[in-house]
Amino acid sequence: MELKEKLVSSFLAFENTVDVDAPVHDIRSQAIKTFEEKGFPTKREEAWKYTSLNAILKHDYSIFPKEENALEFKDVKKYFLYDLDTYKIVFIDGQYSSHLSETTHDKIDVCLMSSALDSPKYKTVIDKYFNKVAPEDGLTSLNTAFSKEGAYIHIPKNKLADKPIQIIHFSTGKESTQLLQPRNLIVVEKNAHVQIIERHQSLTENPVLTNSVTEIFADKRAFVDYYKIQNDNEYASLIDNTYIKQQAQSVASVHTFAFGGNLTRNNLNFYQKGEGIDSILNGVTIIEGKQHVDHNTLVHHTEPNCESHQDYKGIFDEKATGVFNGKIIVNKEAQKTNAFQSNNNILLSDKATINSKPQLEIFADDVKCSHGCTIGQLDEQALFYMRSRGIGEKEARALLMYAFANNVLESVKIPQLKQRINKLIANKLGVSIGFDL
Amino acid sequence: MLEIKDLHASVEEKEILKGLNLHVKAGEVHAIMGPNGAGKSTLANIVAGKEEYEVTDGSILLEGEDIEELAAEERAHKGVFLSFQYPIEIPGVSVTNFMKTAINETRKAQGLEEMPAKDMLKKIREKSELLDIDRKFLSRSLNQGFSGGEKKRNEIFQMAMMEPKLAILDETDSGLDIDALRIVANGVNKLKSEENAIIVITHYQRLLDYIVPDYVHVLYDGKIVKSGTKELALELEEKGYDWIKEEINA
Repeated sequence: MELKEKLVSSFLAFENTVDVDAPVHDIRSQAIKTFEEKGFPTKREEAWKYTSLNAILKHDYSIFPKEENALEFKDVKKYFLYDLDTYKIVFIDGQYSSHLSETTHDKIDVCLMSSALDSPKYKTVIDKYFNKVAPEDGLTSLNTAFSKEGAYIHIPKNKLADKPIQIIHFSTGKESTQLLQPRNLIVVEKNAHVQIIERHQSLTENPVLTNSVTEIFADKRAFVDYYKIQNDNEYASLIDNTYIKQQAQSVASVHTFAFGGNLTRNNLNFYQKGEGIDSILNGVTIIEGKQHVDHNTLVHHTEPNCESHQDYKGIFDEKATGVFNGKIIVNKEAQKTNAFQSNNNILLSDKATINSKPQLEIFADDVKCSHGCTIGQLDEQALFYMRSRGIGEKEARALLMYAFANNVLESVKIPQLKQRINKLIANKLGVSIGFDL
Repeated sequence: MLEIKDLHASVEEKEILKGLNLHVKAGEVHAIMGPNGAGKSTLANIVAGKEEYEVTDGSILLEGEDIEELAAEERAHKGVFLSFQYPIEIPGVSVTNFMKTAINETRKAQGLEEMPAKDMLKKIREKSELLDIDRKFLSRSLNQGFSGGEKKRNEIFQMAMMEPKLAILDETDSGLDIDALRIVANGVNKLKSEENAIIVITHYQRLLDYIVPDYVHVLYDGKIVKSGTKELALELEEKGYDWIKEEINA
């Protein structure tokens, strides 16, 4: 049976596991219909021209995770930002792991989507925000239809999340192959602040496909700082759908560090609904082998005096392929918009590919919008210069690559996270030099 | 220190060095002068280990060891230093961290421990004072947005940090005003010792007023065609290179 048919027919079984009388269930029922109608995207769609899901949709995924597979902290410690005090929402094969997590209901809610969906206490927030910014495309609808578990974060007005929040998804592969569909809801009210670090980590050589949906609401003057670490093994694929709705004078930034995985697709969408908003999208991609990373971004400016800043750096070795498709829409009303986009790439091999496409749709006449894209190689003169000072070839290349990505790394606001990312890069490039540039 | 014997080298099939001989002993300063296109920079780059040149014949010995097969970084580890004619801009890497990495990678290759941070900072302070370099300058991206003079001063600062056995200064004087030239020359002179050797490549005699050479060589058409003492540089300054060309062609 094709995966699509299998999913649609599984919906009945899924209904046995959730409260079908909850208002959210109408949303799910509607979503499965939408998915049945639209299915998975294909390369015929413009937004999927360079990314084919065919190969990863061929696996016979198990759709419902079985019982919780325990993991000991010491065995997975390295995937945590352990040298920093954080809240943790941890899932193993799609199931919540209370053992590895540290949640809170003290002034702020850092907990589970399943409890938020079931408990009357959260009803007003769920009614107001759940599925309110996610669009009705096939993949998002599929996630909505099976939405049951994920992270639920609610920072009320004037509150500050007192420490960063880590959301970590492990797959252990005790199932042969897994389809995981986490659903996250993050509501940050007026003047509230939050920092979130999200990671998906497979611990198995069995194929894993994650189709994740995250909805983020940043109310007036709210501050959201979100980091995605994508450093998975070569059997794990990720489709990350993130939708951010921002109100006036809010600042939301998303950093995406794509260092590994089989196929990674980031659908990152910012919708601005107010004046004085700043949206920041930063990314570093360093991949090799046959890995594929696709960044598909959208920033929609609808009101005057807003900004957006996009800076994506990519380094591609061997037969790796990359895609950057950055869409900026500036409505007629959105005068005095400043929208900047830059995408710089280095190809280290003749067989590596990057498809970079800016897409600007500007209907206002008094705006500053710029976009730039470069594709190049490592500078041979610079390599010789460094080597002539005693720096080995591998180290010199690593240093140049690191320097290339440095301004994005510099904008990471959590020092321990910055250090960890530096270490990930050093490991990836196989060097032991310190990168504290 | 350095012995180059019958060196032939080409780039993209074009022969640039055509049997060059040069013998530099420890404690000596040699100047290499010559018209544009004679092969001066090629010689500097080949000794430093740039890969795009192909050595077709001859040998390069550093302290008696043939270094022709060694990579640029291995030559640096053995004490070869090239002050670039056109230093490369490397955005994102600060001067300080570039030097830290260079010194520690070199020490690692020599089987030494990394230099303690305290010693490194002290050395950086000392050597930047020697070259009259502002501390703020050291945290800027390497060579990026530096003026021509700043780039050259930065090269000699790197030389001071690396303490090479053999330093080749490739047109270090170009782009320097007279004050900067004095600072740079003074720095070089302070670094000179009985254990190291310096090769100064220049078009003009001006620099040699400050860095006084023991020997002056004229490189023309891929060969050393004339050698002498510092008086030869004065003669070249006065008469140009045409008389040498005539002498050779005669």
